[in-house]
Amino acid sequence: MLKPTPFHERTSQLCEGESWQDWSGYLSANAYELDHSHEYYSVRTGCGMFDISPLYKYHVRGRDAMTLLNRMSTRNVAKCRVGQIVYTAWCDDDGHIVDDGTIARLGDDFFRLTTAMSLLYWLEDVGFGMDVQIEEVSEEQGALAIQGPTSRQVLQQLTSANLDDLKYFRIIEDKVAGVPVRIARNGYTGDLGYELFMDANDSLPVWDALMEKSDEYKLRPAGHIALDMVRIEAGLVLIDAEFISATHAMYPIQRSTPFELGLDWVVNLKKDHFIGQRALREEVARGRAWTTVGIQVDVVALEALYARFGMPLMLPYHSWIDAIPLYADAGKKKQIGKATSGTWSPVMKRYVALARLKPEHAKLGSGLHIEMTIEGQRFTVPAHVVETPFFDPPRKRA
Amino acid sequence: MSDYDVIIIGAGHNGLVAANYLAKAGRKVAVLEKKSDVGGAAVSEEFAPGFKASTCAGGAGYLSQTVIKELKLVEHGLAIEPRDAVAFVPQPNGSHLTVWRDTERTVGEIAKFSTSDAEAYPRFLAALRPMAEAVRGLLEITPPDLPQVGWSDFPSARTMAGPMRKLGRKNFNQFLKTLPMPSADLLQEWFESDVLMGAIAASAVRDITWGPRESGTAYTLLYNWALSNTGLFRSSGGMRGGMGAITGAIATAARSAGVEILTDCAVANIVLEAGRATGVRLGNGETLSAATIVSSADPRTTFTELLDPGLLDLSVVRNVRNIKYRGSAAKIHLALGALPEFTALAGDKDTSPLEGTIQIAPNMMYIQRAYDCTKYGDYSPHPYLDIEIPTLTDPDLAPSGQHVMSITAKYAPYQLRNGSWEGHREAFVDAVLSTLGEYAPKLRDSILHKEVLLPGDLEARFGLPEGNGSHGEMTLDQFLHMRPLPGYAQYKAPVEGLYLCGAGAHPGGGVTGLPGHNAAREILKHAK
Amino acid sequence: MSEQYDAIIIGGGHNGLTCAAYLAKAGRKVLVLERRHLVGGAAVTEEIYPGFKFTVCSYVVSLLRPEVIRELELAKHGLHIMPLLSSFAPMENGDYLLTHPDDSSNYHELRRHSKRDAEMFPLFNQMMYEMAHAVKPILATVPPDPSAPGLRGLRDLNYLRKHVQGMSKKSFHCLTKLMTMSVSDFLDEWFETDILKSLMALNGIIGTMLGPKSPGTAYVLLHHYMGELDGAFTAWGAQQGGTGGVSEAIASAARSHGAEIRCNAHVEQVLVKNGTAVGVVLENGDEITSKVVASGCDPTVTFRKLLEEKELPDDLVSAIDNFKYRGSSGKVNLALDGLPRFSALGDDASAQCMAEICPNMDYLERAYDDAVYGGFSKRPFMDVEMPTANDPTMAPPGKHVMSIFVQYANYALDPYETRDAQRDAFGNAVIDTLADFVPNIKDLILHKQVLTPWDIEQRVGLTEGNIFQGELTLDQLFFFRPAPGYSDYRTPVKNYYQCGSGTHPGGGITAGPGRLGALEILRDGNV
Repeated sequence: MLKPTPFHERTSQLCEGESWQDWSGYLSANAYELDHSHEYYSVRTGCGMFDISPLYKYHVRGRDAMTLLNRMSTRNVAKCRVGQIVYTAWCDDDGHIVDDGTIARLGDDFFRLTTAMSLLYWLEDVGFGMDVQIEEVSEEQGALAIQGPTSRQVLQQLTSANLDDLKYFRIIEDKVAGVPVRIARNGYTGDLGYELFMDANDSLPVWDALMEKSDEYKLRPAGHIALDMVRIEAGLVLIDAEFISATHAMYPIQRSTPFELGLDWVVNLKKDHFIGQRALREEVARGRAWTTVGIQVDVVALEALYARFGMPLMLPYHSWIDAIPLYADAGKKKQIGKATSGTWSPVMKRYVALARLKPEHAKLGSGLHIEMTIEGQRFTVPAHVVETPFFDPPRKRA
Repeated sequence: MSDYDVIIIGAGHNGLVAANYLAKAGRKVAVLEKKSDVGGAAVSEEFAPGFKASTCAGGAGYLSQTVIKELKLVEHGLAIEPRDAVAFVPQPNGSHLTVWRDTERTVGEIAKFSTSDAEAYPRFLAALRPMAEAVRGLLEITPPDLPQVGWSDFPSARTMAGPMRKLGRKNFNQFLKTLPMPSADLLQEWFESDVLMGAIAASAVRDITWGPRESGTAYTLLYNWALSNTGLFRSSGGMRGGMGAITGAIATAARSAGVEILTDCAVANIVLEAGRATGVRLGNGETLSAATIVSSADPRTTFTELLDPGLLDLSVVRNVRNIKYRGSAAKIHLALGALPEFTALAGDKDTSPLEGTIQIAPNMMYIQRAYDCTKYGDYSPHPYLDIEIPTLTDPDLAPSGQHVMSITAKYAPYQLRNGSWEGHREAFVDAVLSTLGEYAPKLRDSILHKEVLLPGDLEARFGLPEGNGSHGEMTLDQFLHMRPLPGYAQYKAPVEGLYLCGAGAHPGGGVTGLPGHNAAREILKHAK
Repeated sequence: MSEQYDAIIIGGGHNGLTCAAYLAKAGRKVLVLERRHLVGGAAVTEEIYPGFKFTVCSYVVSLLRPEVIRELELAKHGLHIMPLLSSFAPMENGDYLLTHPDDSSNYHELRRHSKRDAEMFPLFNQMMYEMAHAVKPILATVPPDPSAPGLRGLRDLNYLRKHVQGMSKKSFHCLTKLMTMSVSDFLDEWFETDILKSLMALNGIIGTMLGPKSPGTAYVLLHHYMGELDGAFTAWGAQQGGTGGVSEAIASAARSHGAEIRCNAHVEQVLVKNGTAVGVVLENGDEITSKVVASGCDPTVTFRKLLEEKELPDDLVSAIDNFKYRGSSGKVNLALDGLPRFSALGDDASAQCMAEICPNMDYLERAYDDAVYGGFSKRPFMDVEMPTANDPTMAPPGKHVMSIFVQYANYALDPYETRDAQRDAFGNAVIDTLADFVPNIKDLILHKQVLTPWDIEQRVGLTEGNIFQGELTLDQLFFFRPAPGYSDYRTPVKNYYQCGSGTHPGGGITAGPGRLGALEILRDGNV
């Protein structure tokens, strides 16, 4: 049976269509209203509130905590100061990505990890023989993400801290509605936003306090459908969409390295030894087999295809996660990769997708063709490589 | 420029054997030993004033003939004399079975218990000897990196070809079938007497925490048979001065080949530069450099203490953690005022049956039952004892007219499930002496002094993890391409420039010299 | 001496029937001779007590080869297997472990016991899936003879070499461990929760006279992981109407291709002329001739009972005499007046699952030690299944049947006791132990059937009552099964073949030996 999150008492009241999904064994709403549009727009125009309690959360403490996390991470965690957060990936011995997530430094020898996949055994194995205490606190902590242009204002109403001072990828401790809360300025939407972590038993007052401000600041609970659309707009990779964890991949074809995912910026090959470093160095020397980029579908060409059937242009109403062939040519002679997730972006009015491509076809502006079907008939539609994040408002960092 | 071509960590017999071969091939070799004496676990020490014993390792008769010949150890003083008696197995009813090197004589003994077994025994020897030969071939090869087999395995194939041909077509199948068998099943195919089977099965559980009913013990039986100096499943005899004299001879040979042996020289860790082993840091902070570093320590010590495990692949560290050590034999040395009298000899003044091993395990099921206790984390209330009285043939080890008795007592697990050893040490020793007392009633009165070394003591004193003398159990999942670590069975460690030459590597435990011999061959192949 | 058949199959167990079906499908005239009054061998459903149908011996299905289901169109002939998706293992402290078919539920259930194990569980299953994937092709292969001279030996071995070399190193290392380790040691490398390990260890000891700490048992675990149901690995299922339905489906397929099946026909001996099998002699003296004869019986019956010793080479005689059976499993079948309730579950009687009485690893090992030294386990391991939970056709309304598979019961019993006394003592140990976990069980029992390995031998003809027709130990697998040089389904007697579980790939309702045996018969072209 799926478990309720600490906010279930509230979310279950709001979920009109009873449309839930299994997120790490928890009931997690796909959308609260029958249509997800309001939830999507709230992230870009007001404030979307996501129940992210099903994330796995770990506390790592002790003299060797930094050593452990640095051995695990592709980024240099040693540079992370107290109160700072880093986004990083971690790999297996062969440089294949196991998962990505964030590490927050809460004290000199105290770190918190949030991950998509359970990680306790991995931490324990990396920390073998080290002076560390690893604690899984996933169930003990509730978590909310409030994301969107008004998120700062709404949160500022409820905290004493001056949020103008809280920089992007920083974390502070404060109280919200009298409840001790860790406020982190980051998110999975590519927008201005915060993540709040609190004791699971004290979660509801925080939810209620935020909801009290909902009308004033256009805040509304949002579900998975909206979240997936905005994370694609933000160009963020997702586990089980853009990659499969190396520990769960059965066959070599299912594994990826951070370079293949376009996560070059999180790999620091110059830092001290980390797991997978040797293999990643070899990959750099050899040249990567794949890379991951953003592409934009030529909607005019798609419209013309629909017109052949006497149909108007039909765009996906929400995001998709799939493996769609990409070709170098309209005649489908040469496949050069696959699109892994895509969405029509209502705010940008662009049809965008994340794509895994052979590096020689992945240069900015390169043309390619994506397979699409209309009433079961296959066609190719022109597309080209564009910059990610597709959507990147200055307020995210401001 | 490096201080040495090769630095070998540890002057146990395998480290010394490897040093010999490398020096003879012209390398500048240093052997670094933590203790004041060479020998590692194969040492002779004074455990009571005037009494000397081979404190840890026994089994002088398993040293590889190949090593003895190639290193001309006899010229350097090695003298291991086999005895006529191999094993003396007294029975609770006062009878006994003695296994002699001479087949006819043994047949006569077996006839006391079973005429059909007496008849089967010579056929058994004839059938199993070629298999033991084949195993010996296997012990001298570098294991292939299975499942891949390449040209580098050609020499191994050539080594194996001879014994395999001798085995013949029919027996080849039988050989393959035998290796994973329980020794009990193998023996039951030949014999009916549990007494005889017990005398043979003891060799199948030597240095291993298993009873004869466990699969894979047929392989252990053949392993010991392959190297035994008697041509039988069990060796006999030793060298004057004890095990320390053997390692002493190997060290003498090494020095004369130009090896520098530094004692009182503990290695703190192996130095890595850009992921490559380039030297060692000593306990005193000093650093010595060499092109090649060789560790004769066990894999756990090598990879988690001499190296920072965080620098190794996670999969390697997991495999190191999964190595089964599980020492389960205690050593008890007794200083005796007089030679013990065994009821089974009934006043017979001829003590020659006692010159081999005295086995206190009257039959095979007795050994199995003694083992069963370890499954639940207990020691055996009726332990199985292998006993040697070296002073029968080497009186210098004790004051005149007095004797040394060395007991290997099984099974005593490294850790007790319920409580620590401290609360049970005396009870265990009492179980050993009571058991022995059933066969030699007056023994207790003649004990002048005793030294008890439980697996934990052996760990502390000889650096053997969990007190396992084989640096890892000799089970089939830790055999050939799986030893010491899956994927790293070719003596090369998962760190450039580092090799392993201890018993943790193929073929494994016992004072055989073969891991050192094989490792040296691989080192010379790679490090020109 | 009037009838002339192309092939006679001795024994109407599921493998004999499978062999017959394949031969009949290939157009041969086939006769199956079954000693008992019904087909199925150890896979039968019988109404032992009025209104209650017992799956007397074999009670679950998982290993049935998918190619057999496909090729014999068994679904058309009544094969209908319902999956058993959960296992329930009560502990001595009143807690329990309940496994589920989905990852999320398993994660949360295991987390109650160990966070680490909750994470390791899917990884372990994935690894076993990989292993099964790597080993499965070998199950459908005729074992080579590693010592066979010349090209044939090389060709066969080369196939094996190629397959093995195609495995990754990691997989091969893992396979080495599975082939050699004890299931207890193997699981220790993955898990820390005792109840989880003991529940998983079951698959390593079922049908074998070995404890979870005996090396070699990890392979038996893998053997059971090769089960497959509708493309899903490791799934167990129960045939509607009891396991006998599987045999009947295969029999029906055989008949539809023209095979004749004769029950109450006890074959006494294989007729051999000049080293060639020419037919069989029945107990009543009737002789029936055929071009080939195949035996679905175990190796001892096949070689030592149905043939005279003079027909066999010495090495085979001694190999068969040394073949290890060591039946270790008994069966207690109950007719119940109502629904049994597990105290660990409270009122929530979840009967959809198999219940496993294996409260900890030491319990299993002690059960084994008990049987080694004392005949049977005082507190045995039990695999409890209630077919009526899913299949109301097995008992009258409101009533239930319970199938209890029990280990260990030593075939070699205490010589100082009568069979009947020991059977009673064994049956009582089972019910007493079960009552610790199911307090109301004793009040519900309407009828009890107790089978020791000796009873199974008498009833079904399995030597020493071994349900696999010989232990699945490393020295009795693949090209050693049943003996080196005789693992290719042929025998030293021309036109006499083996097709029982005593050959590769071994025991369980796999139908693999029957299929491979038939294919080899057809390949030889003597019929």
